[in-house]
Amino acid sequence: MAEFSTPTTEQEFAQNFAQLKPLMNRTEALYESSRCLFCFDAPCIKACPSGIDIPQFIRQINSGNETGAARTIYEANYFGNACGKVCPTEVLCEGACVYNLQDVKPIEIGRLQSYATTKVIASGKKLFGPGAPNGKSVAVIGAGPAGISAACELRALGYVVDVFEAKAQPSGLTVYGVAPYKITNEETLAEMDYLQAQFGYNTHFNSPINSREELVELESKYDAIFLGIGLGKTNALGLPGEDKINCTGAVEFIAELRQQHHRIAVGRKVIVLGGGNTAMDAASESARLGAERVMLAYRRGKDEMGAYEFEYDLAKGVGVSGLFNVAPLEIVGDDYVAGVRFIRTETIDGKVSEIANSEFIEPCDMVIKATGQAKQTEFLSLIHGLQVDGKGRIIANAHTGQTANPKYFASGDAWNGGAEVVNAAAEAKLSARGIHAYLSK
Amino acid sequence: MPDLSINFAGIKSPNPFWLASAPPTNSGYQIMKAFDAGWGGAVWKTLGVPVVNVSSRYGGVNYRDKRLVGFNNIELISDRPLADNLREIEEVKKRFPNHAVIASLMVQSRQEWHDIVRQSQDAGADGFELNFGCPHGMCERGMGSAVGQEPKILQMIVEWVMEVATKPVIVKLTPNISDITEPALAARRGGADAISLINTIQSIVGVDIDQFAPYPIVDGKGTNGGYCGPAVKPIALNMVKNCAQHPDVNLPISGIGGIENWRDAVEHILLGASSVQVCTAAMHYGFGIIREMTSGLEQYMVDKGFNTIYDFVGKALPNVLPWEQLNMKYKVTANIHAEKCIGCQLCYTACEDGAHQAIKLNANTRVPEIIEENCVGCNLCSLVCPVEECITMDRTDSGTEHLTWKERVAAGTAPTEFNDERAGGRYHWVPEPSAALGKERHKTLPGKARIYSGETEAPAEV
Repeated sequence: MAEFSTPTTEQEFAQNFAQLKPLMNRTEALYESSRCLFCFDAPCIKACPSGIDIPQFIRQINSGNETGAARTIYEANYFGNACGKVCPTEVLCEGACVYNLQDVKPIEIGRLQSYATTKVIASGKKLFGPGAPNGKSVAVIGAGPAGISAACELRALGYVVDVFEAKAQPSGLTVYGVAPYKITNEETLAEMDYLQAQFGYNTHFNSPINSREELVELESKYDAIFLGIGLGKTNALGLPGEDKINCTGAVEFIAELRQQHHRIAVGRKVIVLGGGNTAMDAASESARLGAERVMLAYRRGKDEMGAYEFEYDLAKGVGVSGLFNVAPLEIVGDDYVAGVRFIRTETIDGKVSEIANSEFIEPCDMVIKATGQAKQTEFLSLIHGLQVDGKGRIIANAHTGQTANPKYFASGDAWNGGAEVVNAAAEAKLSARGIHAYLSK
Repeated sequence: MPDLSINFAGIKSPNPFWLASAPPTNSGYQIMKAFDAGWGGAVWKTLGVPVVNVSSRYGGVNYRDKRLVGFNNIELISDRPLADNLREIEEVKKRFPNHAVIASLMVQSRQEWHDIVRQSQDAGADGFELNFGCPHGMCERGMGSAVGQEPKILQMIVEWVMEVATKPVIVKLTPNISDITEPALAARRGGADAISLINTIQSIVGVDIDQFAPYPIVDGKGTNGGYCGPAVKPIALNMVKNCAQHPDVNLPISGIGGIENWRDAVEHILLGASSVQVCTAAMHYGFGIIREMTSGLEQYMVDKGFNTIYDFVGKALPNVLPWEQLNMKYKVTANIHAEKCIGCQLCYTACEDGAHQAIKLNANTRVPEIIEENCVGCNLCSLVCPVEECITMDRTDSGTEHLTWKERVAAGTAPTEFNDERAGGRYHWVPEPSAALGKERHKTLPGKARIYSGETEAPAEV
């Protein structure tokens, strides 16, 4: 029996995808902020990739200065509201909270953070603004966490900034890739509107840059170019039957889910291939869309999955079951997916090998591949002098973001290979500073 | 089971917990309800010429998420006609003959005092409490704390009362005075049977920072009120002790101030109170708190082997000495129990900035280390530590030597000159002033230091 019935209205969708970190009210924020110990050299700050002064903003909330709290947050991280909701806080700030060592519930830092930022976004209060114009301009490719963060910081430094985005909305995976129970589209886009109103960068949506000619034009018009292009489509597995109807990539599935909500169809029996956080999301989402059975299939053991433990717990909590030590060989069926032929595997000394004669077919009517995203190597090859590493990641200076082509700077998934929103936000801030240092020479 | 009953200067009560004269004792209804719930006595809301009150009467002090750690009021004495109060006193006494009903009184002339004492006696009150404590409103009219602050007038009024009183008379003292024993002695000279303290402390409980007016706000304005609640207990305890230790006061004391559980009551009793009065806690949580108070007190007495309250009234008094009589050879040193430490480093920053720089941080661990030779045993680290028993203050002296300041002065070994070699801190290590600059910059300016200074790494630990 499925845990969830298939949502047919926006209201039912919202119930099935209820926010994991719902907005706090003033009383809850007061109670929770009161528990903060105000540690010296606080471990939560060190655990935050963007180095938000967490005890400071919690103390500001506690004393009724939510505006100051939001300023503290945004000074370190322009995706402050989104990060409060979508960060894996369990393994970052909240995981570092000293209360854990006392077996006391850690401070709900993420929810406190969004409490403060939501207030300031709702009020539209002016906290920041562009710096004095310095006469220079920067093109930002990609309106994801990296691109928008770089745009904000560059505007604060006085640059004219044009952001080019292939899709119709800003914030990248925050609105196209994160699970809907972590943040709503409205929350995501409200923060984007707020940032744009504060900093005044120009956005160009539905404006993909994918030819050499377009790059040449950008190179001639702008003093520097920031690459916040993220990753590409789901990697192909190279399996027979991969093109059957209802065999889809997780990234594509989630993007559609985020835009279409209850209007997208999910199979009755879904198999999700993969053991990472995206696989957990896709599995949870399938269950919440009313699939009767959702199975995670992973080629190694449970303990070797790349996903955070709490993400797997979340999937288990909505009825997802695990199928471990299996490798897919073929997607079976006629036009439509009818099952996956697996072979059992064993892991010896860290190496996965198939067990002979152990093949079996697991029937299903939908397959979601959560097996990693491709790098945008084709596009990157259009940029002269740019270098990528063996995994297709852009090579750039970790402190300045500058690539081998000095006019290009890069941050976020395209540089780090795929990490959290908070990493992209933190890195892009440094890259913007790197651009400024380069153009101020 | 231990016997909780008391005989306080002739006023009998099944337990030492009385409701103080205040809003909870405004009516017979409330007092009957309180007695029904288990309270031993009640001091009636002060009787006198009925007042007219303002609307918006109370203000609170909240600490973080805790409400009313301090409380103040600008309400006056009873606003009900005397006859109504007296009729209800009679009714309560009929229904609860073994409970203590004490009439709190506040009037002006000798004749008024005589009249109100007689009428209260006739109504069946078990005793009187003369309100010489109210520090707001009534004092502007020459009553309340205006009397409590003038020992001669206080004595005179007590004498007037004693001329007609046939029941025990308690004098309620105001803490708004530099030496609480002066009015206590005046009460004694006037012939009072007991004292009660403290009344509320003159206060402004907070300021509305948008309206620019003190709480509680009455049409945009405010006035000083009387402060009470948990926050005032330390002040009350000290004043109770002062009266209890003064050899010439020698009167039973009803302890008031910050009592909200059995533990607070025991502390008052250990410093000399033999009944206790409660107001704020009852206003905050209702009369039901009495169950916790009596059961806690009973359990404490069982655990300690006390049979009656009098077994421990004033039991802590011999251990409260003037500073000059404390043993300067006693020495404790902080001891961090690493296995309990959660690494908040509050002890480090407290000692570093607020005490004696006797705690250091080491590389690769969040557990701070005590620099024993610098530790003066001040307790600060153990007080800020959020973990029970994580920092203990362990005795490090031999336990065999005893030397007080008084003895040092007598022996001529106390420092007497500005640059005396015998200064207590003469050989105590203190860092060079300039060593403070930038010492913790990378730790106390987290996000900003990481991004804006151009540094991405913290400097190596020294």
